[in-house]
Formats: sequence, C-alpha cells, structure tokens
Amino acid sequence: MLQRMEVETLDAKPVNSAKQRQPLYAARKKVFPKRASGSFCRFKWLIMAVTLGIYYLTPWIRWDRGPYAPDQAVLVDIANRRFYFFFIEIWPQEFFFVAGLLVMAGIGLFLITSTVGRAWCGYTCPQTVWVDLFLVVERAVEGERNARIKLDGEPWTKRKIMLRATKHTIWLAIAIATGGAWIFYFADAPTLLVELFKGEAAPAAYMTVAILTSTTYTFGGHMREQVCTYMCPWPRIQAAMLDENSLTVTYNDWRGEPRSRHAKKAAAGGQSVGDCVDCNACVAVCPMGIDIRDGQQLECITCALCIDACNGVMDKLGKERGLISYATLSDYNANMAFATGGGSQPITPALVRDTDGRLSSRIAHFHLGKIFRPRTFVYFGVWSLVGLALLYALLSRDRLEVNVLHDRNPQFVVLADGSIRNGYTVKLLNMIPEPRTIFVTLQGLRGATMTVTGIDQPEDRAFAISVDPDRLKTLKIFVRQPAESVETESQIFKFIVEDKASYEADEYTATFNALEVNK
Amino acid sequence: MSEKHVDEATGVETTGHEWDGIKELNNPLPRWWVWTFYATIVWALAYTVAYPAWPLLTTATGGLLGYSSRVEIRNELAAAEAAKGDYVAAVQSKTVEEILSNETLRQFATAAGAAAFKVNCVQCHGSGAQGSAGYPNLNDDEWLWGGDIVQIQQTISHGIRFTADRDTRISEMPVFADMLEAPQIEQAATFVASLGGGEADAAVVEAGRTVFAENCASCHGEDGRGSREVGAPDLTDAIWLYGSSAADIARQIRTPRHGVMPAWSARLGDRTVKELAVYIHSLGGGE
Repeated sequence: MLQRMEVETLDAKPVNSAKQRQPLYAARKKVFPKRASGSFCRFKWLIMAVTLGIYYLTPWIRWDRGPYAPDQAVLVDIANRRFYFFFIEIWPQEFFFVAGLLVMAGIGLFLITSTVGRAWCGYTCPQTVWVDLFLVVERAVEGERNARIKLDGEPWTKRKIMLRATKHTIWLAIAIATGGAWIFYFADAPTLLVELFKGEAAPAAYMTVAILTSTTYTFGGHMREQVCTYMCPWPRIQAAMLDENSLTVTYNDWRGEPRSRHAKKAAAGGQSVGDCVDCNACVAVCPMGIDIRDGQQLECITCALCIDACNGVMDKLGKERGLISYATLSDYNANMAFATGGGSQPITPALVRDTDGRLSSRIAHFHLGKIFRPRTFVYFGVWSLVGLALLYALLSRDRLEVNVLHDRNPQFVVLADGSIRNGYTVKLLNMIPEPRTIFVTLQGLRGATMTVTGIDQPEDRAFAISVDPDRLKTLKIFVRQPAESVETESQIFKFIVEDKASYEADEYTATFNALEVNK
Repeated sequence: MSEKHVDEATGVETTGHEWDGIKELNNPLPRWWVWTFYATIVWALAYTVAYPAWPLLTTATGGLLGYSSRVEIRNELAAAEAAKGDYVAAVQSKTVEEILSNETLRQFATAAGAAAFKVNCVQCHGSGAQGSAGYPNLNDDEWLWGGDIVQIQQTISHGIRFTADRDTRISEMPVFADMLEAPQIEQAATFVASLGGGEADAAVVEAGRTVFAENCASCHGEDGRGSREVGAPDLTDAIWLYGSSAADIARQIRTPRHGVMPAWSARLGDRTVKELAVYIHSLGGGE
C-alpha cells in the first residue's frame, strides 16, 4: 500500500454528456478517445476481427450446388429472384424464412439486452465496429489522445495537412472496401471483382459502392458518437428492455465517493475518502464522450472501455478492481444502501471496507443465476418457438409444387361431340437445381382425358413433362370429359404431380365446370 | 431594429417582435438543419442547370444533360421494341406452321395474338373468344372453314362474306321460305334437330329426311356433316351458331342469317394476323 504509483490526472471532459453537450446550433466538441487496454478491450478486438471477417469473407465462400446453380455459399440473386444460403435455397414466396430470422434477431436483441444490457451497441453494432476501426487508423497516423488534441488545435501546417490527408485517404480506402464488399453478396464475387475493376459491372454496383462508401466514411469517420446519440432509435428503446437485473456498466459510487484527487493528503487530514481518485481515465477513454460517473445514461453504449481504464488505475493504486464494473441495478442499490447505512448517512467508505481495509464480504456481486428470470425465459421461449417453427418449415418444405388457375372465360366449352372441355393454366415449380421429369396425372373426374399445349401426345390421363432446373414451367392443359360422364355442374378432381425419381409429389384440387348434366 | 433585444428569462436574443408582451426568441437553427438547407440550395441550383427547369416565353431551358421525359419514354419504348425485335422479325419471316413448331416463337406469338385479339376481335367473339348467337365460339373444335393453322390464318386475313376482299370466304344459304312449303320446312327442321340424337315423331323425321335429301344435302352432305369446302356447317354435332331447337333451325331454314367477318390482313398486317392465328389455334380447338 505504501508503494503506490502516482496516477496521472487527465484533462478530459465529458463533452457529449447530456449536460455539457453543445446545443444543436453550435459546433460539436470533438471526442478524442484515449486507447484503453484490458480484458474488455481485447474482447472487443476479437469481436471486431470476427465480425469484419464474416462481413468481408462470406461472399468468397464457395458451395457446390451442381452445374445448374451458382457455387457461392451466400448469394442474394435479385435478378433471378433466388436467395442461396449454403445448403438452403429460397424462392421469393419463401421469403418468410428471412422475415422469421429477422423476428428471431429482434427477440434475440431483447433477450441479450435484458441480460447483459446494450452488448449489441458496445461490441457488435457496425457503427461501433467501424468507428473502432477508424480510431485505430487515427491513432496510427496522428498519435495518442494528447497528440491528436494538439494537432487539432494547430494551424494548417504542412505536417498537419500531410497527417490529415493520410488519415482521410486510409479512411476512404476502408470505406470503399466496406461498400465494395457489400455488393459481392449480390453477384458472383470473383466475376464481379474483375468486372468492377474493368469498369464493366452494373451501374447499380458502382452506385451501391459509392453510397456505402460515403455513409461509412461519414458515419465512421466524422459523425461517430453523434450517430448513436442523435440518429439511432436503439438508445431510446433500450429503456423498455432493461430492468433491475440487467447488467449495465456502472460506476460504483458507493465505494468511489467521496472522490478525491489528493486522497493521501485528505486521508491524513482525517477526511473520509472513497476509491475514486478523479483521474478522469474513464472519461478519456470513452468513445461516446461521457462520464460514466454521472450514472447510467442514454449515450452510454456499454463498450466497457472505462472498466478497463479504471481497473488499470485501481491496479496501480493497489485497490480492488471493479470501481467501474458491469453491475445490475438491484446489486448497486443493495450496495448503496449498505454504504449509506440504509440511507441514513452520506456514502461512508468505512462501511464498505472491513477493518483490514479490504472490501466487505457483504458486498453484492453479480451471479449467473440472475440471468434466469421470467422475463428472459419468455424471451428465450418465444425466440426458440420461432426458431423451431422455421426449422420445421425448412425441413418439411416442398421442392416440387403445382399451382393451377382455372380458365374463367369461358368457364367451359362444349365440343362438337357434346363433351365438355375446361382449360387450366398449370404451373409446375421445380425448386431444385436439377432438371426433372414431372408426371402430371388426373385423379377423379370419370372418363376425362387431357391434352397439354406444346406436348405432342394424344389425349391421356397422364403426361410426363420435363422441367428445367430451378425453374417454373407453365402449361396450358385442356381437360375433356365425355357428355355422358358429366355428373354435376361442378365436379372436384385433382391434378397430381410427382417426381418418380425422388418420390416427391404435390397435388392441386381443381373444379370442372359444365352447364348442365346429361343423363 | 438596430439595437439588440434580449429576453430576460432565457438570456436569448429576441427578434424584437412583441405581441401583448409575448416576445419571439431568436434561437439559431440546428447546424444539421442549416447545412441540409444549404445543401438543398446547392442541389437545386445544380439541378436547374443540369435538367430542364426555367420557363421561358415559348419554351423552357433544356438543361446541360439534355434530359427530357419524352426522350426517355421514347428510348424506353425503342428499347422494348428492340428487345423483342428478333421475335418480331422471326414471326414476320416464318410461316404460321413454323411458328407453331417453335416453342419460344409460339409463346411469343400467342401473347402478341392475345393482345391483338382484345383490341380487334372481342367486340364480336367475346373477351374469352366464346362467341354468342351468330358469332362463332373459337374455343371449340367445330370449324366452318377448317381449324388448322393455315385455314385460320386464311379466314382472318380475308374475312367471311367480306366482299371488299376478293379472296374472302363466301357461302350463302338460300332463303327456303320462297322455295318450300311451311310444313316441309318444319319437317326438315325436325329431321335436322334429330340428327344430334334428339327424340321426335318418326313420321315427321322421315318426311324431313326426304326434304333434306332433295334440298339440303348438296351443301350439308347426305349425312348432314356439312362441308368445309363451302362453309356448310356440320348439322350432326352439338354446336349450333343460331340455336339447336327445331324452331331455331326452322327459322334459319326459312330466312337464313349470315354473319360477316372483315378481312384483317390489310388493316393489321401479316404479322399480327399470324399472331392472331396462333393465338386462336392455342385456344383448344386448333387442329
């Protein structure tokens, strides 16, 4: 305890906190986040590597689907209206799978937020990931926080112009790479890459790259925390997701206060001091430009960098880590009551520490059991139900379908021999990337036969139709029933379609109209 | 207005306007708003230079990009025409039989024919080509002049009893009211009605058979099956243009009605006629 190292007090102000924020008509005060180091910071690097890796590499994964379908694992083929995801291929009418996944993502966000707070904001949101990436560049080019602040205040010297130009060039390069990667999800990536450089890609591709480049550059480089503070709805919605058992980044003022920059002197003078030495490390590292010691606030994205910064300071001071920590409101309240003697006195550091100077064992800490509560069970239950429903739909979906449109004008035609004819537009959907021979058969409708336009085959009750891979085939089928077989004005029968190789089948119940019944 | 007014309560400058003691604060606009506003001004200026905008006395400025919505629609239509150009040329140059045997061409011609049909043919034949009394149903398999693709094309091209066209198809049933006695007409009508299988007084039918053989068989055939050579309808089947009852038939024998169909090749051109022929052939009765 005697070999405490001196802790530097940083000149950092929470320029984006609700109280200090500039009004909207004044220029924003820039935030210059200091580099933090610690376990949360490392975790963020890992998440950044994984998320950026997924984003950039996914379009390049190949997946063999045979000669009749693209070999790109993830492909949104808008021109042909197909969506490929590894072993899954969906047609436009199956888009509910995507809708279902979005529902799951939404409920998943509820679940995550109600347990670990705004983890999405702090770790995986693209805005956070790209701002972190842009900050890496800024630090590499312009230096650490103080150097950047200094540079920002300097007049436009040659050096400053050089540094700024370098930074913005790299930012733009990242932005172009970001926009560029996006379009690879919508076309064959290797082909598109070549086309892109040859200037042969579709105008929409260049347009998309341009738009996403400008948004990435503007949001990640220039707007940063303003996107979260002003533009994003999630900080407003989160209040409904959080409860007293949700983890939030918390300044534990029950052990930090009263804060003092001269703790030794104050202690020597008989004053009661808390653990916070008011070094502003937590403010300096904050990418949102706030002071976590003001309490939970809308601007906080819970990136936990202040936890890392404060833990570093506590280590130097030889005190327990966790002055700023992930804590639930209920734990915080319990500890606060403990530190204030049930609210009867101001925060009293002596109350939270045992006689040997260590934190009292009565301090409440987060334990995993808090995750399991009715709210999270409901979220998880709904999330799982949607997931199981989608899985069931996926496993039981048809890859061979038939749709039938009954001619309505005329509803039926009397032929020369008195027999009745009805016309049908029959659509065969071969939803696998292989050519198939589909047998179309009449079931029911006594004595009826059919002809298929374009198929040179005499009237029959069954036809073999070849259908191109992954395509819909439209047939015009005329069904004829001899007059003596007509039973009622409206008879029910079925079109059976089957692939005899894969035993897949589908059917459509159709009606056959006749004006009058000939006995 | 030169002196500054400041609201005491807020410390904000006012505009100097006051109504019953209520003052108007002069708060500046948010920066994002101001910059967006400036951006729209720049955009508007650039836009009016680049695109047609400023009205002049008789015209308007054309814009540097030379854009015009009329040119755009013209280009789009030209592009659409060009896109189907190959098909159009193929339909133009090939015979109807060749078109029928080519799956893609057949589909193209069917679609084009369906469109032309809705404009030119539905007035008589109905929107579903189902016809009505006096107007043939084109869906069925009874054809007065033949139902193969070439015959259909011929009929559409030159019409029926359309005297302005030298190649038109002509048939005319005599007015038998002038040639036969009323009972004979009744007997013939009863006989014809019975050909389709209807029940009738055997004596009347036999009398009618004689009348038919003497007066009708030359065109409609001994067996009443008609002749496509002269456009005489088959009287033994289930399809009747002017009604199937003995009374309907008697009326038609007395004073026959004859429909007229215009010749279309001069009006629509060969290509459209081919497309119409393919479409009608596809309706189910084509031979």
